[in-house]
Amino acid sequence: MIPGSFDYHRPKSVADAVALLVKLGEDARPLAGGHSLIPMMKTRLATPEHLVDLRAIGDLKGIREEGGDIVIGAMTTQHTLIGSDLLAAKLPIIRETSLLIADPQIRYMGTIGGNAANGDPGNDMPALMQCLGASYELTGPNGVRRVAAREFYQAAYFTALETGEILTAIRIPVPPVGHGYAYEKLKRKIGDYATAAAAVVLTMSGGKCTSASIGLTNVADTPLWAEEAANALVGTALDKAALDKAVALAEAITSPAADGRGPAEYRTKMAGVMLRRAAERAKSRAKN
Amino acid sequence: MAKAHIELTINGQPVEALVEPRTLLIHFIREQQNLTGAHIGCDTSHCGACTVDLDGMSVKSCTTFAIQANGSSITTVEGMAAADGTLSALQEGFRMMHGLQCGYCTPGMIMRSHRLLQENPNPTEEEIRFGIAGNLCRCTGYQNIVKAIQYAAAKINGVPFQEAAE
Repeated sequence: MIPGSFDYHRPKSVADAVALLVKLGEDARPLAGGHSLIPMMKTRLATPEHLVDLRAIGDLKGIREEGGDIVIGAMTTQHTLIGSDLLAAKLPIIRETSLLIADPQIRYMGTIGGNAANGDPGNDMPALMQCLGASYELTGPNGVRRVAAREFYQAAYFTALETGEILTAIRIPVPPVGHGYAYEKLKRKIGDYATAAAAVVLTMSGGKCTSASIGLTNVADTPLWAEEAANALVGTALDKAALDKAVALAEAITSPAADGRGPAEYRTKMAGVMLRRAAERAKSRAKN
Repeated sequence: MAKAHIELTINGQPVEALVEPRTLLIHFIREQQNLTGAHIGCDTSHCGACTVDLDGMSVKSCTTFAIQANGSSITTVEGMAAADGTLSALQEGFRMMHGLQCGYCTPGMIMRSHRLLQENPNPTEEEIRFGIAGNLCRCTGYQNIVKAIQYAAAKINGVPFQEAAE
C-alpha cells in the first residue's frame, strides 16, 4: 500500500512548526510517531499534502516535575514513559497503561501527544488523562492555551485543536502519595484497541474512599470521564454495594459502537467489568 | 512532488539517496538498497516481519517513511553476522534451537530480539514473550523462538545454555 504524495517538513522549533501549519492550513498534518496517521495514509483514508514532522523539536520531549505537576512533552514516546523513574514514582498508572498500548515496536515510535491529540476513541491515553485531571498545552499562532482533557474531546477525531495548533505538552497534577490506581483493558490480542477499558485513581483513609476518579476508553465516540460513578465510591469502603452502584452509573453513560469486538450491549457490560476490576485493584494498592 | 535527498547509515555503511517523501522505509531498504532481508508481511504494522533497528529502537519499517530516517543509523538482519560470516549469538540460537520453519518472520524476530537483549541481557521467558509480542510467527508456536533467544542470552552472558524442562 502506497500513500498519496506529500511534501515533508522537519522544523526544528515549535514556532517554526506552528508557522508551517498556519501557512499550509488544512492541507497539512503534524506527524508525531505516525502509527495512526501512516496506516490511514496507506489506505488513503488520509491524504495530507504536507506532513510537518515534529521529531526534531527537542523542546517537545521529556518528563519533568514543575510545582505539583508532572509535565510531559508531547513527543515523549510510550517507550520512554515506561522507562521513566519519575513516572514510576509519582504516576505509575501511566506506565501500566503504556504497557497495554500496541506492541513494543509501536511503543518506540508512538507518542503520548499523538495518542492524546488524535481523537481516536480507541486510544488509551485520553481516558487516562481525563481520569488524572490533566490539561493539554496547545500552542498556536497566538501563543499557548490550556484545555482540560475533560473538555478536549468533541467527537471521534474532533477535538478542541484549531488548525495551526499543536499539542505541545501535557500537564498532570500529581496524585497524593499512597493513592491507589489501576488501568484495566480488555482486548482480543496484543496490539488491539480496547473492547472496553477503565482507569481508576483513588485515595483511602481509615477504610473509606476519600477521593476517586474514573475514565473509560472506547465505549463512546469520545473518552468518558465517569464523574457520577466516581462520586458513588467516595465515602464508601469500596464494598460490593458501592461498586455495583458505580458500575451501573458508569454503564449508563456508555454508548459504544457494535464492531468486531462485540455488540454494543456486551461492550457496555465489559466497561463495567473493567471498572470493577480496576477499582478493586486500586483499592488493594491504596495506602489506607 | 520533488524527491528529497537523504543521508543515513545502513549496517555501518553511509548511504545517500533520493526518495519521494511517501516512500516507505521497507520499500527503500528492499528496492533501492537491495537489502531483502527485512520482509513485508502484513503491510499494516501488525506482524513485525519488516522490523529493523533504527537509532536503538525496533521499528516497523512498513509504517515509517524513509525520509523520517534521514540522519539515522539503521541495522537490518544483513548487518547481524560478522564480516567473516560468523553468525551472531541470536542467529546461532535460531539455527541451533530450530527457531524457524518457513523463515519468513525470522529477520524481524532477530532484529526485535537483538534490541530486546541490548536492553535486557538476561530476560525471563515472560519478558521474552512480552518483548516479541509485536512479531507474529504462524509456524513455530513460538516455543523454539523463545529457546533461540534464551540460547543467545546465555551465549552473550557467557553462561552455559540449559533448556528448561517441559
